[in-house]
Amino acid sequence: MIELYLFLIFMLVAAIIATEIKDLLAAVISLGAVGFSVAIMFILVQAPDLAIVQIVVEVLTIVIFVAVILKTTHIDETIAEKFSGTQVLATVLYAVFAILFFIAMVRAMNDIPPFGQATMRVAGQYIRLGLPRAGGANLVADVILDFRALDTLGEATVLFTSVIGVVALMRKIGRRQK
Amino acid sequence: MKGMSLIVKTITNIMIGFIFLYGVYIILHGHLTPGGGFAGGVIVAGVFVLRYLAFGGSKAGEKKSSITASVFESVGALLFVIIALLGLLIAGVFFFNFLPKGTPLYLLSAGIIPFCNIAIGIKVGAGLFSIFLALAAFKYIMED
Repeated sequence: MIELYLFLIFMLVAAIIATEIKDLLAAVISLGAVGFSVAIMFILVQAPDLAIVQIVVEVLTIVIFVAVILKTTHIDETIAEKFSGTQVLATVLYAVFAILFFIAMVRAMNDIPPFGQATMRVAGQYIRLGLPRAGGANLVADVILDFRALDTLGEATVLFTSVIGVVALMRKIGRRQK
Repeated sequence: MKGMSLIVKTITNIMIGFIFLYGVYIILHGHLTPGGGFAGGVIVAGVFVLRYLAFGGSKAGEKKSSITASVFESVGALLFVIIALLGLLIAGVFFFNFLPKGTPLYLLSAGIIPFCNIAIGIKVGAGLFSIFLALAAFKYIMED
């Protein structure tokens, strides 16, 4: 339990470094530290399926990021030395929203069960019926491809959507000329 | 895009088959061990990204592999929907597990789950590689 909190603190520090540092390669490495900490946390709470996906996706994203940085530039020129008026206003509004959200969240936290002791109303049925009904030894596969296969069908289109996103971001035709 | 040095190329040549085999293993054993279609598909896509980064690609090659990737992604999605529709035809329920369950812990068990895993593996592998190609070789693919 204590190691989860240590990893959370480490992830917070790495995420703040990733946004504030000027060297983009260092920022990508800090981002990778966040991702691999998530993978280790998945292993600590006994979710190896998610840990495998997290590690593989993290490696692939870092490779793509590093390839892009090596081809373009190391220096992040968008970090400003001085703050403009709109930036200060946006930060203040964001802080106000964050405080309101935090108050609402603390009140809602009283109603949810403590960490690691979920009510298991639906999940209990999945665990009980997984092997006899679906027949797979890996319970996660039973849930995502038998009990909730329709959900997986929707998830499978996510990659297609992201290809469309990349093409829409990088297109030239149809973009307003400056 | 240019390739990398001779050392990288040689190591890639040695490792690429093993990584591909590991991806296929993760996909096929998705219903027995941790992993499955998504994780294995990402590893398979990683093989193609590694090959592309190490050896580089020509203009014609990038165009050709983008077409192949989109064909494979569509085939994976179609396979997945066909399995679901077969359940609708045979038992009247979308995604019904109509095949015999078999003995747990054997490779041929769990009815349709391994076949769904294969379909998702093909779809995710091809889809992720086409995202990479769209980022890396966008200029050539969209030229005409």
